Amino acid sequence: MIYRENGQFKTSYRADSAILAIRQDRWAMAALLALAFVGLPLLGNEYLFRAILIPFLILSLAALGLNVLVGYCGQISLGTGAFMAVGAYAAYNFQVRIEGMPLILSLLLGGVCSTVVGVLFGIPSLRIKGLYLAVATLAAQFFCDWAFLRIKWFTNNSSSGNVSVSDLSVFGLAIESPVQKYLFCLSFVCVFALLTKNLVRGAVGREWMAMRDMDVAAAVIGIRPVYAKLSAFAVSSFIVGVAGALWGFVHLGSWEPAAFSIDRSFQLLFMVILGGLGSIMGSFFGAAFIIFLPLLLNQIPHWLGLPMSTETASHLELMVFGALIVFFLIKEPHGLARLWSTAKEKLRLWPFPH
Amino acid sequence: MKLKPSLVLALAAAASGLFGPAQAAPEAKEQFFPLLVYRTGPYAPNGTPWANGKQDYLKMINARDGGVNGVKLTYEECETGYATDKGVECYERLKGKGATLFDPQATGITFALTDKVIKDKIPLITLGYGLAASQDGNVFKWNFPLMGSYWTAADMLIQHLAKKEGGFDKLKGKKIALVYHDSPFGKEPIPLLDERQKMHGFDLLKIPVTAPGVEQKSAWLQVRQQRPDYVLLWGWGVMNSTALKEAQATGYPREKMYGVWWAGAEPDVKDVGEGAKGYNALALNTSGQSPKVIQDILKHVHDKGQGSGPKDEVGSVLYTRGVIIQALGIEAVRRAQERFGKGKVMTGEQVRWGLENLALDQKKLDALGLGGVLRPLSTSCADHMGSTWARVHTWDGAKWNFSSDWMQADEQILKPMVKQAADKYAAEKKLERRTPADCQS
Repeated sequence: MIYRENGQFKTSYRADSAILAIRQDRWAMAALLALAFVGLPLLGNEYLFRAILIPFLILSLAALGLNVLVGYCGQISLGTGAFMAVGAYAAYNFQVRIEGMPLILSLLLGGVCSTVVGVLFGIPSLRIKGLYLAVATLAAQFFCDWAFLRIKWFTNNSSSGNVSVSDLSVFGLAIESPVQKYLFCLSFVCVFALLTKNLVRGAVGREWMAMRDMDVAAAVIGIRPVYAKLSAFAVSSFIVGVAGALWGFVHLGSWEPAAFSIDRSFQLLFMVILGGLGSIMGSFFGAAFIIFLPLLLNQIPHWLGLPMSTETASHLELMVFGALIVFFLIKEPHGLARLWSTAKEKLRLWPFPH
Repeated sequence: MKLKPSLVLALAAAASGLFGPAQAAPEAKEQFFPLLVYRTGPYAPNGTPWANGKQDYLKMINARDGGVNGVKLTYEECETGYATDKGVECYERLKGKGATLFDPQATGITFALTDKVIKDKIPLITLGYGLAASQDGNVFKWNFPLMGSYWTAADMLIQHLAKKEGGFDKLKGKKIALVYHDSPFGKEPIPLLDERQKMHGFDLLKIPVTAPGVEQKSAWLQVRQQRPDYVLLWGWGVMNSTALKEAQATGYPREKMYGVWWAGAEPDVKDVGEGAKGYNALALNTSGQSPKVIQDILKHVHDKGQGSGPKDEVGSVLYTRGVIIQALGIEAVRRAQERFGKGKVMTGEQVRWGLENLALDQKKLDALGLGGVLRPLSTSCADHMGSTWARVHTWDGAKWNFSSDWMQADEQILKPMVKQAADKYAAEKKLERRTPADCQS
């Protein structure tokens, strides 16, 4: 009922190829954007922005980037943390070494540097695939951890190896308050999500997917594996690099290589797998699951007034979280995004299921 | 999918917590202390006694004195796992509940919070850790590395080694290795050691150990090859006991190993037992159950069955340090009340004034039961450290024994370095040095 599309006819190619083809989807998206851009800034408090929404948005962006690589092109990567780190440190260097560098430009240039590194580490993907490639991309992780810990130039000779940025501003507007930071990240995420969505709908995306589904067949029908795989690495690491730069600049403000450790790579891979491989929305679902749920689980005993020690609560949080991951993957191996589309299917027939 | 009623309740609670207006400070007279802790993860063995000490001291003050001049002390813990991003989340969570003072309990988290507290107007206590340059209160208005920083620690260790060798000139040509945790925490002492190296002509070998420090084979291979005269151990958590075991396996004499004060507590040596015999470390404070403050905690908290941890842990090195940190925080509140009104709940800015004007002489320390646990301490606008006194203690296989006199870092060397680093920070952040008028506020 809610999702019934009776009477919505598509009479042009344009209408047929719209991202949101159904009226209900358009309304829902408009409502969501209105809530995100207007509603939340009016309603939310500082904790919501600083500790929940900003990390959620930035990690969603990183998961989106990884999803391009893993979900759409089928190239498993464990080097996401490294590409984030490259983006963050490159952006930092642009910011401190070039006087008057605009913030957005240094963030994007951070993404460009990450692209270069990503393509470099993507070259082995032409010869190796699957788990073997995952191990090869691990090399990127270890190399970058090493480089940012040891090579003083990257950290502007900071004695402790810790770098920090401050006084962020765009077009003369300071980005200081949590709401401003949130809106800044939100704009980035919206633009990138739209661009990625269009990219994966187009010819490039189809090449990626063909490569993912069967690379030999794809090569036979005329898709160049080199181009397809490396372009996926390039796009993915660009987005991931920008996300890394945002993580350092906007969320942490001051960071060390540990912020982009291998744990971050795993976390992002889990987001993509849980959220749904090969789905834009899945990246957001996955990020939400991995960020919100532990926070919620951690605070539930406190809200319910259970006298529980801190370590018990955090052990319990890990246990429940782990169990939920297993549960969701058994119930829906294609991730939360598939769960969502199943729900939509059911809503089309509701209240008369058959 | 039907939502279970309990889940709905929890979600509703979550929503009200997130969307409600920022919670106001509690109406009752309660001073809220946020406690960032790590009781899980690779640093838990050391983080736990520290956290227990802090919590027990709060409970004791409530039980013994009924709070500070009638203001009851409340607290809430938040688990960071030593991770910076979780620490930031905890900071934001507890800040909203009226926090007026934070002890981040980790160098990485301190770095991340240093920029945030300026805007939030909440002071940070980083007792014996954090940013060495933040001693300069004229630039770092909100940071308080009370009792010592990694620069003072490194300086005292070099002084101690020189004394052992019979003078600074004897250090020439000696090899000193710094085996450090490869993070801001481990790298902090390097500038000072470099400075001292230039002055005295010893060889400084820098041997990093990847966090968390359970994998140290390659580091100790270097030690075995280079055979340094001394090893300075800049470790934390599991890294320390691993280092001692590796030293034992390498055959490096433990008598020549000197840890920073975070590498000199019971969890570091207990599991190594005899293998750690002779190992030395700096000590900021005493340990043991004899000080009056520890006796009070036992009497008012543990004997009533309200202790935060096992009873025999009370008075251990890190537990006592937790007590000191909390005690100094509470003394800052007390000091602030003397100026801004006794029996009132202090704000972050007022607590900061209190921290900046701590004047704990021997008499006051004795009254607090802290006599003998630490030396008198007084802070000022320019000096956010107060004083820095430490001793070396040595593990005899069963307990720590003091093996040196009190030492102090050499201000002649430290002062210009602190000033230079603070100036660099101020220039990077475009901060002005504070004016004398600002000091009065």
